[in-house]
Amino acid sequence: MESMLAVVIGGLYAAGMYLMVRRSIVKMIFGLALLGNAANLLIFTVGRLTRGRPPHVPADGVLSALPVADPVPQALILTAIVIGFGVQAFALVLIKRVYQTVGSDDQDVMVTENQGQEKLGQEEER
Amino acid sequence: MLPALLLSIPLGLFAWFALQIGPVATGQLLQVSVPWLPSLGVALSFRLDGLGLLFALLITGIGALVLLYASSYLHDHPHLKRFNGFILAFMAAMLGTVLAGDLITLFIFWELTGLCSFLLIGFDYQQEASRRAAFQALLVTGAGGLALLAGIILLGQSVGSSDLTTILNSGDLLRSHSLYLPILILMLAGAFTKSAQFPFHFWLPGAMAAPTPVSAYLHSATMVKLGIFLMARFSPVLGGTDSWLICLTSVGGLTLLLGAAKAIQRTDLKQILAWTTVSALGMLTLLLGLGTPLATTAAMLLLAVHALYKSSLFLTAGAVDHGSGTRDIRRLGGLGRTMPQVALAAGLAALSMAGMLPLAGFIAKELFYEATLHAPYSPWLITAVAFLGNSLTVAAALLAGYLPFYGTLKDTELHPHQVDLRLWLPPLLPALLGLLIGFFPAAFGRLLLAPAVAQVAGKPVPVELALWHGFNPMLLISVVTLGAGLALFSLRNHFQMQRQSPGWDTEQLYDLLLAGLPRFADMITSYLQNGRLRYYLMIVTGTAVALMAATLFTSSTGTLQLPRPDGSLHEWLTAVIILAGALMATLTDSRLAAVAALGVVGYGVALIYILFGAPDLAMTQFCIETLSIILFVLVLHKLPRFTLLSSTRSRLRDMVIALGVGSVMTMLVWRAVSQPLIPSLSTWFMEQSLPAGHGRNVVNVILVDFRALDTLGEITVLAVAALGVYAMLKPRSGKEGTD
Repeated sequence: MESMLAVVIGGLYAAGMYLMVRRSIVKMIFGLALLGNAANLLIFTVGRLTRGRPPHVPADGVLSALPVADPVPQALILTAIVIGFGVQAFALVLIKRVYQTVGSDDQDVMVTENQGQEKLGQEEER
Repeated sequence: MLPALLLSIPLGLFAWFALQIGPVATGQLLQVSVPWLPSLGVALSFRLDGLGLLFALLITGIGALVLLYASSYLHDHPHLKRFNGFILAFMAAMLGTVLAGDLITLFIFWELTGLCSFLLIGFDYQQEASRRAAFQALLVTGAGGLALLAGIILLGQSVGSSDLTTILNSGDLLRSHSLYLPILILMLAGAFTKSAQFPFHFWLPGAMAAPTPVSAYLHSATMVKLGIFLMARFSPVLGGTDSWLICLTSVGGLTLLLGAAKAIQRTDLKQILAWTTVSALGMLTLLLGLGTPLATTAAMLLLAVHALYKSSLFLTAGAVDHGSGTRDIRRLGGLGRTMPQVALAAGLAALSMAGMLPLAGFIAKELFYEATLHAPYSPWLITAVAFLGNSLTVAAALLAGYLPFYGTLKDTELHPHQVDLRLWLPPLLPALLGLLIGFFPAAFGRLLLAPAVAQVAGKPVPVELALWHGFNPMLLISVVTLGAGLALFSLRNHFQMQRQSPGWDTEQLYDLLLAGLPRFADMITSYLQNGRLRYYLMIVTGTAVALMAATLFTSSTGTLQLPRPDGSLHEWLTAVIILAGALMATLTDSRLAAVAALGVVGYGVALIYILFGAPDLAMTQFCIETLSIILFVLVLHKLPRFTLLSSTRSRLRDMVIALGVGSVMTMLVWRAVSQPLIPSLSTWFMEQSLPAGHGRNVVNVILVDFRALDTLGEITVLAVAALGVYAMLKPRSGKEGTD
């Protein structure tokens, strides 16, 4: 299953990267969210997959001989999910505020006044 | 500052160095060393040997004359005191360089001389030409200094010590070292820029913007000889190879001819002298390149003789300028009547420069020819180059030392007057010294030259100088040289007429480089840092991913073994749903659909967590995903609709980049999961969870117990983010709300 998840991770990275480099800052947020999921899944997969056996110690305290899922990546991802949410929420509110202030979600139009003249000449999409 | 007090510094030093002539001639080596950076093996260390002593005497002796001279020459200059300070600082830097006993000490003083030269060339900083010349000299010698630093570091590492004595004993090690060629090239780059060798020669004539005492001191007698000093200093360990021979003789020969040819086309006294200095530096480089004991002796003699006659000629040029108001030889003439002592000094110096009997220059020229005739390869070609250069030098000597003083004044509007003692004594003394050496060459050779030659050759060399060697081939060539020089001199009007257009020189290359560099930097900056974040992102991510891909491919031990795809249908379906969600989020032009697709991806990932034993993750993911979708929907109606902003071309380019990033990440995971896992950390947590953390859910125990501090940090981050969100959602304050 790891090889399939590797493809999923690659797909998420590609989609996230593509959205991150859009001119629209709204699409950028979507890209950020996808990249977050991709990174979490990458850590999870690289820590190896174990079906249906979470890292729990049985009530009697004796570890079973069967392999269980690795707790370390899970601890890392749990932190990452929460932090990722914090960043996403902050970014979302930030771009909403930016949009209200600048009146556009196009990064190339967001210029300060004295930059405006200079940028007009370079508006040609590279 | 009292001139006497000021003069006592260089004169005292000169006297002290003069007292060391005896001990050094008997082979003593005076050394002082103070630990500086002991952990790096660097010491502030000085050594006084024959080579250093010869330079030290020139530096302090001519330095004293220049200070005396400047007290009259610049007596009404508002910054005379500043000038004296610069000159003394320069003298200290020079002495530090030639007496250095450690590579790092040598380099630091070397750079200090360049800095002092910058200050002195730009002394008349109100004039643009001065500033430009100062900057040019600083850039050229500074660039060479960087190369020298690299060379010195390589040299020190190859030998394993930065101590000069150790290095000078490691010749065989260095010449067979694999880094020999880089060391040689870097060191020579430093030497060639400092000593104005082709193609870096142009800064020296430019440096004539400095006041004349500076030109006499720095740009003829001392500083420009530092490159020669460097080559001489390291010739026992770096010399003697074919690369050394070819590099030095060709560059030296070219510089010699170029300088001499340019000199006779000039009409400004200082320019003539500057170009002949370039030519003389070429001669010295050529001689050091030949490297035979004879050539080394000739080089050391020429070095001393040149310093004497050239400083004298520069100082007379200044006196002529001071006494008549111009340095243009087309306007001057007959000055011997109004300033006889200056004329005497100039005449003696010019005779020495032309290599006339009985002056020291004659002995130097005879030795020069003897060395070229016994050159290790193509002696006739090298002798021909030397002959041509010397003939031109004879003509230039007549232009500078004869023409302004004899005949009649050509420009009758000039009113030349006698100059005071402080202007004629300083040029006269070195000129007389040239005569003195001519009369007592044996003593000079034994006491001063032999110890220096022994240092440069790396072994004692018998030095027997004599004024008269009898009738031999060298004398014949000398006579022919004089004849050719006189012929060239009589044709001077022809050469000087030709010089209407400045002609091509490597200086234009320098200008081009200087103008091109900021333009290039501008181009790079506007391409890489154009103020658009997404390009920064592409460059940073692209570089990181490209490096990762390179590592993945190059470190591959055999072909990548793809793990066999396995898994049941529901797992595959989950994977497909995630991919479809990501694709949908990317391609849709509806904001709501994109949010929904994002939710699909999030829940899909949560499903993966459930399937593979991570219920805690799944629960968190479900909560967070729900929250963020609510947040998205709340904010989204305040945001604009999706529109197509980019052109098809840039969308295609971004797709290619994105797919590249994705594929490298996929390969990374494949590679990672095909390596064996070392689970010691996980095992430890599993075992310690209950006894140490009193909890059975290991993930939770890690978060709230083993790594509790990290979790506290995480909570803090969330709190800060929440504060930020709150601050931004708050209605704007009245002041901002006016727009």
